[in-house]
Amino acid sequence: MDTSAWSSFNAGDMLRLAPELLLLAGFALILLLDLFLPTARARQVHNGLALAVIAVAAGLLLPQFGMKEPLLFFGGSYRIDPFSSVMKLLLLGGTGLILLLSRGVTERERITAAGEYHALLLSASLGALVMVSSTDLITLYIGLETLSLSSSVLAGIRRRDRKANEGAFKLFLQGGIASAIILYGMSLLYGISGSTRLDGIRESIRTVDPGFIPLLYAAAILLLVGIGVKLAAAPFHDGAIAASEGASPPIAAFHAVIGRGAGIALLLRLFYGGFYGQPVPEGALAEGASLLAQDAFQGILVLAVLSTAVGNLLALRQTNGRRLLAYAGVAGTGCLLLPAGISFSTVSLTSLAELVYAFTAYLLMMLGSYAGLMIVERLSGNSELSGFSGLYYRSPGTAAALLLVLLSLAGLPVTAGFFSKLFLLFGAVQLRMYGIALFMAVASVLALVYVFRLIRQMFLRGEWEASPNANPNDTIPWTLKAVLWGCAITGVLLGLFPQMLLGPITNIFKRAMDFF
Amino acid sequence: MWDKLPLLSLLLASPLLGVLFLAVAPKGNGRLLQRMGMATSFLPLLFAGTAYVHYQGVVGTLQLAERYPWIRIPLERELLGASTYTLTFDYHLAADGLSLPLVFLTALVFAMASLASRQIKKRWKLFYIQLLLLETAVIGLLLARDLALFLLFLAFALVPMYFLVGIWGGADREKAASRFLVTAGMGVALIATAFLILIGTAGFTVEESTMAFRYSGDLDTIRMNLFTNPAAYVNYVDNPFTMTTGMRVSLFGLLVAGFGLLLPIVPFHRAAVRVQAEAASCISMIHSAVWMTMGAYGLLRFAFVLFPEQAKAAASSLAVLGLIGFLYGALVALAQRELRSFLAYANVSQMSLVLLGLTTFSTEGWTGAVLLLVSHGLISALLFLLIGSWGERAGSTELVRLAGLGSAYPFLTGVLLFASFAFAGLPGLAGFPGQLLIFIGIAKSHRGVAAAAVIGILLLAAVMLRTIQGLLFQKPREEHRGQGAGGGSRGDAALWEAVPIIVLTTLILLVGIYPGIVSQHVEKTIAGFTAHIQSSVEKGGD
Repeated sequence: MDTSAWSSFNAGDMLRLAPELLLLAGFALILLLDLFLPTARARQVHNGLALAVIAVAAGLLLPQFGMKEPLLFFGGSYRIDPFSSVMKLLLLGGTGLILLLSRGVTERERITAAGEYHALLLSASLGALVMVSSTDLITLYIGLETLSLSSSVLAGIRRRDRKANEGAFKLFLQGGIASAIILYGMSLLYGISGSTRLDGIRESIRTVDPGFIPLLYAAAILLLVGIGVKLAAAPFHDGAIAASEGASPPIAAFHAVIGRGAGIALLLRLFYGGFYGQPVPEGALAEGASLLAQDAFQGILVLAVLSTAVGNLLALRQTNGRRLLAYAGVAGTGCLLLPAGISFSTVSLTSLAELVYAFTAYLLMMLGSYAGLMIVERLSGNSELSGFSGLYYRSPGTAAALLLVLLSLAGLPVTAGFFSKLFLLFGAVQLRMYGIALFMAVASVLALVYVFRLIRQMFLRGEWEASPNANPNDTIPWTLKAVLWGCAITGVLLGLFPQMLLGPITNIFKRAMDFF
Repeated sequence: MWDKLPLLSLLLASPLLGVLFLAVAPKGNGRLLQRMGMATSFLPLLFAGTAYVHYQGVVGTLQLAERYPWIRIPLERELLGASTYTLTFDYHLAADGLSLPLVFLTALVFAMASLASRQIKKRWKLFYIQLLLLETAVIGLLLARDLALFLLFLAFALVPMYFLVGIWGGADREKAASRFLVTAGMGVALIATAFLILIGTAGFTVEESTMAFRYSGDLDTIRMNLFTNPAAYVNYVDNPFTMTTGMRVSLFGLLVAGFGLLLPIVPFHRAAVRVQAEAASCISMIHSAVWMTMGAYGLLRFAFVLFPEQAKAAASSLAVLGLIGFLYGALVALAQRELRSFLAYANVSQMSLVLLGLTTFSTEGWTGAVLLLVSHGLISALLFLLIGSWGERAGSTELVRLAGLGSAYPFLTGVLLFASFAFAGLPGLAGFPGQLLIFIGIAKSHRGVAAAAVIGILLLAAVMLRTIQGLLFQKPREEHRGQGAGGGSRGDAALWEAVPIIVLTTLILLVGIYPGIVSQHVEKTIAGFTAHIQSSVEKGGD
């Protein structure tokens, strides 16, 4: 990284970076306010403030969609391009919904540190935004650590809860190891290329000495494993499952949606930056280098297939709503990794758009499901599957909305989940990867089974007993219902007219193909 | 007047109108909900009847077509040098001689089932909403001319069917619903994969003049590219859109397996039998008359017509599968002691006969298969309706419990006898012309199979007769003495039973005496199919 570039930072650039800076300011402000405000008041203020910060940041993001050229900052280590802007908007939107879900959670779960809770949510999403926009190993790593440290702490923020502590500790430990592995991979890349910037790495790998190719493979594998842990892709899902079981649901949703979205972006930046489409260098081992790109992306596909299979299979056996959703998230990771692993080719240039559509669908179905789960937990006092039973009788509206969200999770029409699956499979088919398409289609039958196990409880089972933990005076905040219905209706709209989202996105990407 | 109206869209949307009304109706008022549900299920019947009358069978082409752009996704075009490059799916509905009779059957059976839904004693609101949603999905997939639209309706149909089986059935209903879901879901997954591969290869077209590149889900485009357009990329070797012979074989296999899971072809029949044995009888009516029919429809329209060479090559093995299913279904039915599962196995047997008809690749065989689908739909719907009525009266559908009840309910008994004869293919009733044509077809194509299948037909007749004989001629059990018209707990058929019974009986007679009412629509279209297959197989042979 060239520090002299920092001096050229001016007011115009400040405006471009306003969303990130605003998150940082919000983070500091909440921490400061927390010192002065009485606890009872602070909970309300913090949530409102954090929501306002997210909303304004998202608003500041909008002008970036009109840009013709990608913008580079800090000597090319930070980059604003269509991909980053779209992903940032989705991540901010997701964080906003999670903040809505968090309303009242701090009182209910007796989280004393309401200030930290909201401040850390902001810092974690700041980390996610940085990851999406970075084109330098060091900024990427800083973004990654900001996100994962914040979310580890968030997982354990219910200090008195044993499960939360266990989950947070596992997450922290595994995350730490993963960071070390990623750093190792990054340093190999740096060692080979002599540059921390992705374009520099790309340039030097293009003309790399064939002797380094084994090292490049090692770097790719290390990065893949490390990011796999961060994404909670199978077989590295263990810590994340424990964390999402112990953490309060909005935090689990944050891990599942924001963490994964940013992780996928990191994977794309690194792999497209470092390995994609390396033209064959002149020399004896030319074949090896061209295979490198292919093999690296094959590695992503392996991870995708494993995640889908393991996530769906293990979700079948769950009897607890939180664990079930956590495993469904692992299976969802597979769906996000698939378009990431299908690299560009002449016939399929839209895998980025497919990825964005799939991520939107994933975001809607996961946040909707978590909202539904939170409502059910309040109604029945536990998160077991039996807690869902008779939901249709108790609260028909909630049951109907949750049904739509769950259908999306199962990939059935008329929801965003259906077209998300369809487009992913079509992406694979375009590249003639018929085996993977068939595998993904058959695996989604497993999703049908566990999703309908929930639906069966909601609609087919009548009897319902409130568990002793249930508090009859527990009212359901309107925000939960709003998020649930919002996700359900948006999902159905995207399921009827997918081009509402896909059309604009492909247009945006068309204008600036240079993702690198 | 009908020329101006989008008839098929009205047909498709009319059940949804009912859903809308039902959704706002108060939940507790069962009578109101029942009436609304019944009334709205006649709306699609009206439209389907109009379309049926309106269709010109002599022409045999696609008619009443409606087409609007639905999904247009621009793909990245710069590297290909294309002016436009899009993924296009259309809202494209049209009827031909294959789909229209089945659509009418669907609308009719749904209307009759909703009349018969008096047996439904709980949760009427959800019931009628799901029933009408299922009707929309089935009509939609029968009319869809775009693969993506078909998939949308097909996958959607799983949801209401799951609810209908799982909520209002016998003791094991939840298990039956789950099994149905897995089996049909697997079918949908296989079909979806095959369709996407078709769209990605045969659906790709380039307009040379404008350099417009396009993936299309349109069935006609795909068919044209596969067969009549030698310049299509799918027919060239070594490009991203090639379809190799091996691929054709696997795609045909995927489609046969996928639709075979719905039909069902015999090793996959367990889920269907469970559903029909466990579901409420109005749902069993729908499953046997509509859902199974849909499997046969898909098999014919997609697997056989799009992959004629592969189908022809596999004809003998499929014929053997059909024969096995035909005999197996009849034999297992013979062993049943309970009416619902008895009829379920008999249905499996009939569907295998349809499969046999499809393997003949002759106009007779295929027309016969479609005729049999229609007549089987009518007859099995009537039988399930009757079984439901018997079950209500005797408190059980076990054959032992029904013994000797015949004299107590003369009307119901008479109709049961009539329906059983029709099922067995008695001349003059609806089952006959279809079976006859299928046998003519098989006798031409697979002689050995035909000989064996004759045994099956005899077996089926024997099975039907043996089953009702106990009902009629055995001595009534003690507890049933004095039941029936004389002063029993329930009278002979009530009005809400009598109306669908009479309507279905009339139609069975009508189709039996004058099969032309169906075949006039079917024949021309089927002749078009067989001619197409003939020509493409010959072309492939060169």
